[in-house]
Amino acid sequence: MNFSEVFKLSSLLCKFSPDGKYLASCVQYRLVVRDANTLQIRQLYTCLDQIQHIEWSADSLFILCALYKRGLVQVWSLEQPEWHCKIDEGSAGLVASCWSPDGRHILNTTEFHLRITVWSLCTKSVSYIKYPKACQQGVTFTRDGRYLALAERRDCKDYVSILVCSDWQLLRHFDTDTQDLAGIEWAPNGCVLAAWDSCLEYKILLYSLDGRLLSTFCAYEWSLGIKSVAWSPSSQFLAVGSYDGKVRILNHVTWKMITEFGHPATINNPKIVVYKEAEKSPPLVLGRLAFPPPRAAAGPLSSTESKYEVASVPVSLQTLKPAADRANPRIGVGALAFSPDSCFLATRSDSVPTAVWIWDIQKLRLLAVLEQLSAVRCFQWDPRQARLAICTGGSKVYLWSPAGCVSVQVPGEGDFQVLSLCWHLSGDSLALLSKDHFCLCFLETEQGVGTAFGQRADHT
Amino acid sequence: MGDWMTVTDPGLSSESKYISQYTSETKMSPSSLYSQQVLCSSIPLSKNVHSFFSAFCTEENIEQSISYLDQELTTFGFPSLYEESKGKETKRELNIVAVLNCMNELLVLQRKNLLAQENVETQNLKLGSDMDHLQNCYAKLKEQLETSRREMIGLQERDRQLQCKNRNLHQLLKNEKDEVQKLQSIIASRATQYNHDMKRKEREYNKLKERLHQLVMNKKDKKIAMEVLNYVGRADGKRGSWRTGKTEASFFLRNEDEMYKILLNDYEYRQKQILMENAELKKVLQQMKKEMISLLSPQKQKPRERADDSTGTVISDIEEDAGELSRESTWDLSCETVREQLTNSIRKQWRILKSHVEKLDNQVSKVHLEGFNDEDVISRQDHEQETEKLELEIQQCKEMIKTQQQLLQQQLATACDDDTTSLLRDCYLLEEKERLKEEWSLFKEQKKNFEKERRSFTEAAIRLGLERKAFEEERASWLKQQFLNMTTFDHQNSENVKLFSAFSGSSDRDNPTVHSRPRQKKPHGAPSGSPVCTSKLTKSLPASPSTSDFCQTRSCVSEHSSVSVLNTTPEESKPNQVGRECTNQKWSVASRPDSQEGCYSGCSSTYANSHVEKDDLP
Repeated sequence: MNFSEVFKLSSLLCKFSPDGKYLASCVQYRLVVRDANTLQIRQLYTCLDQIQHIEWSADSLFILCALYKRGLVQVWSLEQPEWHCKIDEGSAGLVASCWSPDGRHILNTTEFHLRITVWSLCTKSVSYIKYPKACQQGVTFTRDGRYLALAERRDCKDYVSILVCSDWQLLRHFDTDTQDLAGIEWAPNGCVLAAWDSCLEYKILLYSLDGRLLSTFCAYEWSLGIKSVAWSPSSQFLAVGSYDGKVRILNHVTWKMITEFGHPATINNPKIVVYKEAEKSPPLVLGRLAFPPPRAAAGPLSSTESKYEVASVPVSLQTLKPAADRANPRIGVGALAFSPDSCFLATRSDSVPTAVWIWDIQKLRLLAVLEQLSAVRCFQWDPRQARLAICTGGSKVYLWSPAGCVSVQVPGEGDFQVLSLCWHLSGDSLALLSKDHFCLCFLETEQGVGTAFGQRADHT
Repeated sequence: MGDWMTVTDPGLSSESKYISQYTSETKMSPSSLYSQQVLCSSIPLSKNVHSFFSAFCTEENIEQSISYLDQELTTFGFPSLYEESKGKETKRELNIVAVLNCMNELLVLQRKNLLAQENVETQNLKLGSDMDHLQNCYAKLKEQLETSRREMIGLQERDRQLQCKNRNLHQLLKNEKDEVQKLQSIIASRATQYNHDMKRKEREYNKLKERLHQLVMNKKDKKIAMEVLNYVGRADGKRGSWRTGKTEASFFLRNEDEMYKILLNDYEYRQKQILMENAELKKVLQQMKKEMISLLSPQKQKPRERADDSTGTVISDIEEDAGELSRESTWDLSCETVREQLTNSIRKQWRILKSHVEKLDNQVSKVHLEGFNDEDVISRQDHEQETEKLELEIQQCKEMIKTQQQLLQQQLATACDDDTTSLLRDCYLLEEKERLKEEWSLFKEQKKNFEKERRSFTEAAIRLGLERKAFEEERASWLKQQFLNMTTFDHQNSENVKLFSAFSGSSDRDNPTVHSRPRQKKPHGAPSGSPVCTSKLTKSLPASPSTSDFCQTRSCVSEHSSVSVLNTTPEESKPNQVGRECTNQKWSVASRPDSQEGCYSGCSSTYANSHVEKDDLP
C-alpha cells in the first residue's frame, strides 16, 4: 500500500472522472485536474469565487463548478481548455446543480425550489421544470441515462414525473400516496422506482417505469419510519433502513420482505466475527530506542498504532443514548451500502456510531461487525470487489474484505484526519480527503499480479 | 394373709396408694378401713395398723365388737355369728363355725374385691392414659384448628389484598388504555392538525413561491443567462431537432415505445431467469426421482414378499411413471398435467421413502437397544485382546532390556577381574579368532554396503531440504542413544551379531542418517576403559576406536572412505540451519509486510490476524 504526497483541498471537493483517468480537486476558487495515475496537473481552471460543488459529466469531458453563493455555474472542458461556459441564475438563486446523463445539459435548482432550469450546452434552448419538491432526494436518473424521475409537490400533494432525458419530454406523471415524499430512487435496471415517505411514516412505494404502482410496504405505524434506502446493484433487493434500528430487505418478485436485520448492542452468536479496533502504543523498549530503525523515522512518531483484534463473543457494543426531545434523533440505520457483487451489505446504526455491520446477503445473516474507536464517518465499497473502505475522522483508513480487516495509518506530518474517501473506478486507488488536504492511497494487490499471471497463462 | 401381702408388688402398691386413699374417703367402715390397711402394707403404716386394731377391739369390749360385727354381717346378709338362741334369757353363744365361715367368705369376697379392684384400677389407669392421650390430641387438634383458622384468615386477607391489587391494576390498565387511546386520538388529531397546518402553510408558501416566481422570472432578468464560447455537439453526434406540434406527438409515441420496450426487455429477462431457475429445479426433481427409483427398486421385492399391498401398488405405479416419463421426456413441457404427474409421483415416492426410512430407523433403534450390550462386550474383548498383546510386547521388550543389561554387566565384570579372565578370554579368543575374523570381514563388507547406501541416502536427504534435516538431527540424537546400547555389545560379543544386524537393519529402514554413525562410535569408546576389551577390538577391528577420542575415530572411519560424507553432513547441516534461521528472520519480517513497507513509504499498517483467527472460527 502506497500513499501519494498530500495536496491541498477545500470543502472536500475531490472527484475521480467517470472514466477513471482524471482527478478533479478544488482549492478555494481554483479547480485542479490531475492525472489519476501520475497525479501530474493536467489542467488548472480559475473560477470566479469559492467553488462549492463540482461534478464530472458522464463522458468525463466537462466539469461543472457550482458557486451557490453567487448563483453561478461554471463549466470547463477538458479537451479544450480555452472553452468556457458560465450560467448565471440571477436573482432566482441556486441551491443545486447537476449534469444530465448525456453530459450536455445542466439541471439547476433555484432557491426555494421554485423551478429546475435545464440548460443545454448544444443549443440555446432552456427548459424549465416547475414544482420540484424540496426533499432529500428528489431527482434521480436511471443508470442508462434515459429517464429522469422527479419528485414534485403541487397543491399539497406529491407527484412523480418521469421525463425522457433525450428531449425532456414528460413521459409519465402520477401522484404518489405519500404524506410527504422524502426521496425517490431508480432500481439499477431502470424499471422500478422506489419512493418513500418522510420519517414520520413508514411507507415505501414501488412504481413501474410506466407509472403503475407495483407494491407498497409498511413495516409498522405510529413511529419514526424510513431513514435510508439502497438498491442492490443486481436490482434484486431493496434494503430499507429505518428508525427502529432494523434493515428490511424486500425482494424484486413479490416485493415482500425477505428478512429483517436487527442491530443489537450485544452480539452472542459465535459465528459472527467481531473486529475490534484496539489502540496500542508502540512498545518503548530501551534496547530498541538505542537502535532506531532508519525507516521508522519517516513514519509519524506521535500517533499510536491501532490494529484489529477479533473479539470473543459475547461482545457488547458502545451505544449512544439518543436525546428523545431533539429532532433527528441519533437512532436508526443511517447508512446502507451494497457491495458491487450484491453479496454483502454494510450498514451503520446511528445509535451504535462506532460500528459497521456487514451482512452476508447470500446467507441472509450477519457476517462481521467492525467496532472502531471513534464514530464512523463514511464507508464505501470498492467498485470492483467486495472490499469496504471506512474512515472515522482519524488518521487511519480501514479496509474490510471477507478475508479480514486492516487498519492503515495515513502518513504525513501532523494529523491527516480522513473525513471522507472515494474509490477510483478500478478499485486500485482510494482518495482520502481531510479538511484541507487530500492524498491518494494506492492499493497494490496480489490480484494485479494474479491477473498478469493469468494473462501470461492464457498466452502460453 | 401375711404371705399374700408380701406378694403384692411395692411399686404397684405405692401407685395404688393414692387411689386407695381417695376411695377410703367414701367408705368409713372399720372393715373397709382395715382392708385398706391390708392393701397398703407399707412398712411405715404397720404401726398405725396396730394402733387401729387395738382401738377397735380390746379385752373389754369383745362382746360389743362381736355383736357389732354380727349386726354388720347380718345386715350384709351373712349368717349370724351367734348360735340359734334357745331362750331369750340365755346369752347367745358365739358360733365359731359360723365365724370361720364368715371369715372365709369374707376373705373370698375380699379376694374377689381385690381382684375386681385391681381390674378396675388397671382399667382406670388405662382410661386415664387414654384420657390424657385424648386430651393431648384434643389440644393438638385445637391448636391445629387455631393455626389453620389463622392461616385461613391470612389467606383471606391476602386474597382480599390481591383482589384489591388486581382491581387497582385493572383500573390502571383501564387508565392506561384510556391514556393510550387518548394519546392516539391526540396524535391523530395532532397529525390532522399538523397536516392541516402544513397544508395551510404550504399553500401560503406556494402562494409566496408563485409570487416570487412571478417577480423573479417575469422581470426579464437580464442576469439569467448562459455565456458559452461555442455550443458543443451532442454526445451521440445527432443534431438537436426542433420541436413542432407534429413531431411532438411522434416523439411522445416513440418515447412510449421505447419505454415499453425497456419494460418488456426487463420482463423477458426476468422470465428467462425464472425459466432457467425452473429448469434447474426440474432437473433436480428429475434427478431426485431417478435416484429414488433406483433406491427403492431393490427394496421392492421385500415389501412384496411381505405382501404389503399399498407400497407394492405404489411401486408398480412408480415403475409405470418412470417408464412413461423416461419415454416421453416431458420435462420441458410445463403443462399442468405433466406437472401434476410429476409432483404426485414424487410425493408418492417421497412417502414411501419416508416410511422406509422410518422403518429402518425403528429397526436400527431396536437393534441398537438389543445389541448394545453385545457390541459393548465385543469391543471390550477387542480391547482386552489388544491390551494383552501390548502387555506381551512390553514383556518381551523388558526381557530384552534385561538380557542386554545382564550382558553389559557381564562385560563389565569380566573387565574388572582382569588377569584370569584375560587368560581365559585369550584362550577362548584363540579358538574363536578365525571365526571372528571371518565374521568381521563379512561385517566390514556389510558396513561398506551400508556406507554406500548411506551416502546415497544422505544425498537424497540433502536434497530433501532444510526442515527434514533438522528433524533428522533430532532423530539422530535419539538414535545415538539407541545405538549406544546396541552397538556396544555387537562389537564385543560375536554371539550378538545376529541381533545387531537386525537392529541395524531396522535403523537403516527407519532413518537413513549418516552422521548417526560417527556419533555412535563416540560413546562406544566409553566402556573401552577395560584394556582387555580394547585389545581384543583392536585386533579384530582396526577401524574401531581404541580411545574415546573423537578425532581418532574419524580418522579411522576415513579408512572406510565414508569420511567425506560423514564429515560433511553435520557441517553442512549447520550452515543450512543458519540459512534457515535467516529465512526465518526474513519470514518474520515479511509477516509484517505492511508495517515495514509502510515505514518505507512513510506509513504503517497492521493486519489483524484475521486470516488465522477466522479460520479457527467454525
